[in-house]
Amino acid sequence: MSQTVAAPPLPESADTKAPSGRSSTLLARSLRLWRSRIGVAAVALLVAIAVFGPLLAPSAPDKFVALPNSLPGTSGTVFGTDYLGQDVWSRFLTGGGEILVLAVVSTAIGLVLGVAIGLISAYSRNAWDDVLMRGMDVLMAFPQIMLVLVAVSLVGPETWIIVLAIALTTAPRVARVARGAAQPVVERDFIGATQAMGMSRLRILFGELLPNILGPLMVEASLRLTYSIGIIATLAFLGLSGNPNSPNWGTMIQQNQTALATQPWGALLPIIAIALLTVGSGLIGDGIARAAAGIDRERAA
Amino acid sequence: MSIDQQAAVTKTGAAVTVRGLQIATTSGVPVVTDLSFEIAAGEVLGVVGESGSGKTTVGLSLLGHARRGLKIVSGSVLLGDQDVLEMDDVALRRLRGSLVSYVPQDPASSLNPALRIGVQLREALKAHGSTSDAENTARIAEMMREVALPDDPEYLRRYPHQLSGGQQQRIGLAMAFANRPRLIVLDEPTTGLDVTTQATVLATVRDLAAAYGSAALYVSHDLAVVAAVASRVAVMYAGRIVELGPADQLFESSAHPYTRRLVGAIPRLTGSRVLVGIPGHAPSPGSRPPGCAFAPRCQLHSPECDEKVPEPLQVVGGHTSRCIKALEVVKLQAVTPGERVQSPRVDSSAPVLSLKNLVAHYGDTEVLHSINLDLEHHECLAIVGESGSGKTTTARAIAGLHRDWTGSIRLGDLDLATSAHARSTDVRRQIQYVFQNPYGSLNPRKSVGETVGQPLQVFGIASGREADHRVAEMLEQVSLSASYARRYPDQLSGGERQRVAIARALISSPSVLVCDEVTSALDVSVQAAIVELLGNLQRELGLSMVFVTHNLPLVRSIAQKIVVLANGSIVEYGDTAAILGNPQQEYTRHLISNTPSLETARMEAVELASEFGPSHALHVTRSAGI
Repeated sequence: MSQTVAAPPLPESADTKAPSGRSSTLLARSLRLWRSRIGVAAVALLVAIAVFGPLLAPSAPDKFVALPNSLPGTSGTVFGTDYLGQDVWSRFLTGGGEILVLAVVSTAIGLVLGVAIGLISAYSRNAWDDVLMRGMDVLMAFPQIMLVLVAVSLVGPETWIIVLAIALTTAPRVARVARGAAQPVVERDFIGATQAMGMSRLRILFGELLPNILGPLMVEASLRLTYSIGIIATLAFLGLSGNPNSPNWGTMIQQNQTALATQPWGALLPIIAIALLTVGSGLIGDGIARAAAGIDRERAA
Repeated sequence: MSIDQQAAVTKTGAAVTVRGLQIATTSGVPVVTDLSFEIAAGEVLGVVGESGSGKTTVGLSLLGHARRGLKIVSGSVLLGDQDVLEMDDVALRRLRGSLVSYVPQDPASSLNPALRIGVQLREALKAHGSTSDAENTARIAEMMREVALPDDPEYLRRYPHQLSGGQQQRIGLAMAFANRPRLIVLDEPTTGLDVTTQATVLATVRDLAAAYGSAALYVSHDLAVVAAVASRVAVMYAGRIVELGPADQLFESSAHPYTRRLVGAIPRLTGSRVLVGIPGHAPSPGSRPPGCAFAPRCQLHSPECDEKVPEPLQVVGGHTSRCIKALEVVKLQAVTPGERVQSPRVDSSAPVLSLKNLVAHYGDTEVLHSINLDLEHHECLAIVGESGSGKTTTARAIAGLHRDWTGSIRLGDLDLATSAHARSTDVRRQIQYVFQNPYGSLNPRKSVGETVGQPLQVFGIASGREADHRVAEMLEQVSLSASYARRYPDQLSGGERQRVAIARALISSPSVLVCDEVTSALDVSVQAAIVELLGNLQRELGLSMVFVTHNLPLVRSIAQKIVVLANGSIVEYGDTAAILGNPQQEYTRHLISNTPSLETARMEAVELASEFGPSHALHVTRSAGI
């Protein structure tokens, strides 16, 4: 069960690792849309930077290479130096991995949890449904960033609490979507057929129900990933990341914002990266949604 | 805006004249081709066809409307001397609801749920520049009386959800006839209504069309319904009218092989006979053959049929057929009912399934009151009744899908638990259920092979290659080829889906098969084929079946015993032929007399024709001669 659930959190890997034969047609269809292609290209570029960047970095991210806030070109730097005189380009190349891994892991955990809760709610149609969904409503009453900040301020800026807090605040939103998508499916007769056969509940939920809501789930997954990236970057910007001097895009923005007028690159590069990443994953989700709705008028020729 | 009524009568005497209508998809694939017909004032023209034949598309084109993705390519729809297809949007809007009107299939979705019905009726009048409030009130009262609904203000203050389906549809009719339209298009307005309600709606349509002199186009897939309401019928196949003529003549001496097969596929109340389906299926738009579209499925097929599309051939005055052999076809013996159903040997030593004092609830409402039934070995028991009679609840209780019941259901000498979940694997294997709607009962994400093989796995009967082998065998048994195993439900037609659902039910060799309205979502020719299949399987496999249906004629062709339910109680229970032939209860008689069928329609045609006067004298003589 968990393989099927955990498979699609990273949208750019989803087109190669389609969970079942049929949903691949949805992805293939969405890839005929320009918005999806642009999204995939943007996300693929940034994933490539995050994965291969450390290998290409001209110097170590924490090495002093020139005077602080030197302009591009100084001492052979491509984008100048940051507020401590470290190479901006090297820090940018090494700073993507952490934010991406944290975002993907926390979103994936949130997805698995949310899907399980949503499916159980939709299928049970009794008091459990109410209890679970009202619980989710309570969690959703608070803005995601606020709950995460509370958790981090209670425990400290540890990586595990950041991941856990994002996962737990992602779950209710996913659960809502999963339940909404599963409810009409539960009413259909093929579910009755499996009940009459006496199939186990677990198999009905994840073998019969889940494949029928993959479309909306994929859209939600990419949307949730966007939010997770934003929150992790925000936390880093607020100085709440595992290691305050790790070359994290969010940290870079915070550290270099004061020099924005004189040496903008230290903040601008990570800003562009995060913007591209969120827009890209948003476009992918939107593409899947449109393909699912059959609104593929901008179909490429 | 109002046009002189006299203009309606053109040279041909027709209120509506359709000439050379062509409708295609926006990408140019023809959907409806070369359609021409006329409707006289006060006449009801029935358009019958199976799904995909283009009948609804034709209905809408008469209002100058093409559904999304379709466009009207050429042709004319003359309403008097105005061509509807030439009109701009403003003119069309003025036209619709006043000179032409439309009654859609689903009354519930065509009425605004947030507005009282009186308000909606008033709107229909106001939209077309009617005069004073007082006049409107009077007209609304008149309309309500005409559709046999109460006209008191209290009733008019109701919301659509406070009305039954039949009442909603009659409000729909009242709105459609409100402005005394020249043309009214009815798209399957009685689908989903009970027979009793259907009968009154059909009578209302006929009477109103005649009273107002409105030309009516009645679109339906149900030949018996069309026979009951229409004086002339157009049979559509693959986007063309293949046969057009007076209703009684068309059904009695069909001049097109398709019509003949269609008539042969209709179950009849008067005799238990084998229903014969039409093998193959209708070509979809874009893959229609160059010659006669029915040729690939036709028994009289010869090479000339494939050369070009046959032109309409006059059989007798006003009766045409697009078949090059029409004159031979019409001389063939009157459509013969199939051979009589061979009853399987019923073993009445001990019932395989027996219901004792079955009482079922939905929440606080008791929906079944003390039902006692026995199903013998190798017997097919039909449960019939109108909607809300409890027939489906009975079936679902047997399968353990409806859990809220008391009393006892015994399988052999085993008392069954209320829910399927609480029953043993073997009990679940022995009772199998086929659902009404094949579009909902198959998981769209599972291949046919996975779906059919599922019970083998769940019941631990077979796995791996053995399971694949059994699935292939089972698919052959329900007349699908083994290659279907790799397909997905969305690649199958409705009939094929239902065969898959039957295969899934039968692969575990059950002793009782429960069929819940299994043919109601299917076309007649497909329904016939499914009933044929079930009958054969019953004889070959010695199945015992519970067959739930609202279709009385169908019962004749499949069931040996029948139980009539009304409001959750048994009204009558016994031998099928005895009960349908000689019903003892008023309720059963009432059900039978309200069931539209070709036979009763012909008798009524005589009365109808006499109301129409001399131009329809042909009907009278012909009908009387039958």
